[in-house]
Amino acid sequence: MSSSAAVSPPSATGAKPTFFSRLKGGDQVAYLITLLFASIVLLIAVLIVYVLWQESSLARHKFGFGFFTSQAWDHNEENYGALPFIYGTLLTSFLALLFAVPLGVGAAIFLAELAPPKISNALTFMVELLAAVPSVIYGLLAIFTLVPLMRDYVEPALKSTLGFTPLFTGPAYGVGYLAAGAVLAIMTFPFIISVSREALLDVPREQREAALALGATRWEATWQAVVPFAKLGIMGSIFLGLARALGETMAVTMVIGNVPKISASLLSSGYTIASVIANEFAEASSDIFRESLIFLALVLFLLTIVINGAARLLIIATTRKGSS
Amino acid sequence: MSRLAWRNFVNEVMLSLTAVCTLLTVSTLILILGYLIWNGGKSLNWAFFTQLPKGPGEVGGGMANAIVGTAKLVGLASAIGIPIGFIAGIYLSEFGGVTFPFIIRYVADLLNGVPSIVVGIFAYAIVVLPLKHFSAWAGSVALAVMLIPVVVRNTEQFLQGVPQSLREGALSLGASKWRTIVTVVVPASISGILTGIILGVARIAGETAPLIFTSFGNQFWSSGFNEPTSSLPVMIYNYAISPYDDWHRQAWAAGLVLLALVLVSNILARGILGRGTAANRA
Amino acid sequence: MATIPERKLDMASMRTFSPAGTQQASAATTKIESRNLNFYYGTYKALSDVSLAVAPNSVTALIGPSGCGKSTFLRTLNRISETIKNTRVEGEVLLDGASIMDSDVTALRRRVGMVFQRPNPFPKSIYDNIAYGPRINGMKGKMDDLVETALRRGALWEEVKDKLNKSAYALSGGQQQRLCIARAMAVEPEVILMDEPCSALDPIATAKIEELIFNIKNQTTVVIVTHNMQQAARIADKTGFFLMGKMIEFGPTDLIFKNPSKKETEDYITGRFG
Repeated sequence: MSSSAAVSPPSATGAKPTFFSRLKGGDQVAYLITLLFASIVLLIAVLIVYVLWQESSLARHKFGFGFFTSQAWDHNEENYGALPFIYGTLLTSFLALLFAVPLGVGAAIFLAELAPPKISNALTFMVELLAAVPSVIYGLLAIFTLVPLMRDYVEPALKSTLGFTPLFTGPAYGVGYLAAGAVLAIMTFPFIISVSREALLDVPREQREAALALGATRWEATWQAVVPFAKLGIMGSIFLGLARALGETMAVTMVIGNVPKISASLLSSGYTIASVIANEFAEASSDIFRESLIFLALVLFLLTIVINGAARLLIIATTRKGSS
Repeated sequence: MSRLAWRNFVNEVMLSLTAVCTLLTVSTLILILGYLIWNGGKSLNWAFFTQLPKGPGEVGGGMANAIVGTAKLVGLASAIGIPIGFIAGIYLSEFGGVTFPFIIRYVADLLNGVPSIVVGIFAYAIVVLPLKHFSAWAGSVALAVMLIPVVVRNTEQFLQGVPQSLREGALSLGASKWRTIVTVVVPASISGILTGIILGVARIAGETAPLIFTSFGNQFWSSGFNEPTSSLPVMIYNYAISPYDDWHRQAWAAGLVLLALVLVSNILARGILGRGTAANRA
Repeated sequence: MATIPERKLDMASMRTFSPAGTQQASAATTKIESRNLNFYYGTYKALSDVSLAVAPNSVTALIGPSGCGKSTFLRTLNRISETIKNTRVEGEVLLDGASIMDSDVTALRRRVGMVFQRPNPFPKSIYDNIAYGPRINGMKGKMDDLVETALRRGALWEEVKDKLNKSAYALSGGQQQRLCIARAMAVEPEVILMDEPCSALDPIATAKIEELIFNIKNQTTVVIVTHNMQQAARIADKTGFFLMGKMIEFGPTDLIFKNPSKKETEDYITGRFG
C-alpha cells in the first residue's frame, strides 16, 4: 500500500507519549468512573432509607404499630400518634383528585382529540409551565386569594345548602381540608393533563377511525374507542398526580390550618404529614418528638414509593401496548 | 327526541364540556400570572434587591441576602448534582449491562418521587446533625439529591436517542469507546441534555421544604457555606404566613422574582431544545 | 496455529496450494483473510466455517441473498461485531498474517476502515467530519491539505470546497455517502470494508461511488458487500457467494458469473431465488 498523502497520520501503535495514549486501558477507566458515579445514585437511595429507619428508631420502639392508629399529640406525655396526619394527607389528596381528575382528563381529551394542533401545542406548553411553578408560590396565592374566597363565598354557600350533612358543618375560616384540597387540585392538573394527553396521542388513529366508520359521533368515538385504549396511561397519570399530592408540602401547609385533629367536616382545619414536619421539625426539642416526626416521614416515604411504583408500571404497560 | 338527535346532543354537550375543562385549567395559569405580576409588580422596588430584611413589624428592607443565598444554594447543588447525574447517565446509556442499569434506573425514578420534605430530613441527618448547625452545605446537599435523578434520566434519554450508526462510524475510524462518547455522542445530544439540566435547576431553585431545616434562613449575609443561609422560597413562606402587611407585600415581590426566574428558564430551555432538533434535521 | 486447510487446486483461478511452510508466501499475496470462521449471535450460528483470502489492492465483492451472513462476516473483519452483546467468534481473521484478536481493537480499526449502508456523517461540519479520524489518532493543528486530499479521493472536493464549514447534513444522500468514504480514507486504512454502500442511493450517485472505488483500489484494499450482482460484476476482481452463513464459492468475478462451479451459485445468479 502506498502512502501518497502529503501528511500521513502517525502509526497505529502511537509513538507519541500523550496523556491520552498513556491511558492504555482508557475504556476500562471510563467504565469504572461512570460505574462509580452511577453507584452514587444507588448509595443515596440506600442512605435515605437507612437514615429514615435509624433516626426514627426511638419512636418506632416506643409506639410500634399503634402509631398508625393513635390520635395522641401530647408534648408533656411525649405521646404521639400518626392518625390525624395520615387522615389529613389522604383526605386532601383524595379531594385533590376528585377535582383534578375529571377536569384534567377532560382537558386532556380536548387537547389530544379535539383541538387543532397549533392550539393544542400552545395550550399544552402553558400547562407544562404551570407544572414548573414552585409550590410556595401556589401557597402564597392560595393564602391571599383562595382562602378569602373560601371563607367569604364558597364555604358559607356550602354550609347553607349542604350544612345538614356532617361534611359541611362548623365555622368557616377559609383554611382547612377543603382549601388544601383545592390548592392540591390546581397543582395536580398539569401532571394529569400532560401525561393523559400523551397517552391519548399514543392511541393509533385506526382506533378512532374504526369507530367513526361505524357511525359513531365524535364524542362516542373518543369516549368509547380512544379513551379505553389509553386507560392504563391515564390511570398512570392519576397515580403520578396522587403521589405528588401526597408529598406536597408548602402550599398545603399554608392553607390547611395546622390542627392535629381528625374532623369529619371538610370546612375544619387539619394537618398533613408533610405539613407537620415542615412546621415543627426545625424547633423539635425532644428526641422522641423529632424521631416521631421522622417516623411520619418514613410512612410518607413508603406511601409515595408504592404509589410511584404502581404509576411507573402502568405507564410502562401503556407504552408497550401502544407500540405493539 | 329521536335516538340520533339525542346522541348528537350528547356529543355537543360533552365536547363543549371538555373545552370548558381546558378553559378552566388554563385560565388558572393566566390568573396566577396576572395576580402575581400585579401584586408583585406593585411591591417591587430597588430596595428589594439591595437591602437586608428588617425586623418583624418594621416596614421596608429587602431580600438581597435571600437572592444571593438562593444563588449560592442552587450553585453548589448544581456543582454537586450535575456531574454526578451526567456521568451516571452516561453509564446507563453507554456502558451498562442489563441488571445494574435496571436497578439504577428504577432507583433514580424512585428518588424522583421522594417528597421534598423527606429529602430535607435526609440532609438534616447527614449534614446538620454532625455539624450541629444549619448551613448552606446542608441545603445544597438536599437540593443536589433532588437534582440528580432528573439529570440522570434526562441525560440517559438523550444519549440513547443518538443513532447507533454514529457510534459505529466513530469506532470504525479507530476511536476508542470513551472518545466516541466524548467527541460524537455527547455533542450530538447536548441540546437535549442541557435543556434537562436547566429545567432541573429551575425546579430546585423554587424548592422550599428541603431548605426549612437545612439552610434554615438568615436575617443577615451569610459568609461562606457553613452558616445558615437565607433563600427566596423560604423568605416567601415565612413572610406570607406572618401577620405583617409589609412582609406580605415583600412576599409578593419575592414571588414575582422567583416565578420570573423559573418561567424564563423553562421557556429558554424549551427554546434551546426546539432549535436543537431543527438544526440536526437540517 | 491450526493446520492450514487444504484449498482445491483450481487452474482457472490460479489459486495456489498452500501447505504449512509456504505460509509466508501466501501472506505476501493476502492482505486480510479469515480461516474457519464461525460466528454466533447468542446460540444462533450465523456463519459456518468461512475461509476467504483477500489479495492486496483488489476489490472483493460478497454477494448473496438477504440474511445469508455477508454483512455479519464483514463486521467481524474490523471487530465492530463486538459492539453487539452476546456474540461469539470462533476461528481466525488475519491481517498481514497476524490475528486481529491479538491487536488493540482501536489500532485495528484505524487500519481496517468501514463505510456503512446508510450515510452516517457526524453532526459536525464537512471539514470536521474528515478531520475527525486523523485528530483522534493524534494529529494536531490545521489539516487543510489532508482534508482536501481526502475529499478529492472521495470525488467530492469540487462540490464542497466552498462550504467546508457547513454542516454535513446539508449535503444530499449521495454526497453524504461520498463524505463518509472520504472520511474513512482520511486515516489511510489498509483495508476498507463497505457494507452495501449504494443501497440507499440513486443510480447516478451509485455510479459516482463505483468510479470512486475503482480509483482508490491502488491505495487500499476493498471488500464490498452488495445486493446488486451487476455492481459486483462491474467493479470486483474477486467475488464470494454466501448462502445461509456459509461461503459457497469464491473466485474471480468473471468465473463466478459466467461459469460457477456450484449449483447454488448458479441458481442465485440466474435468479432462481434471491
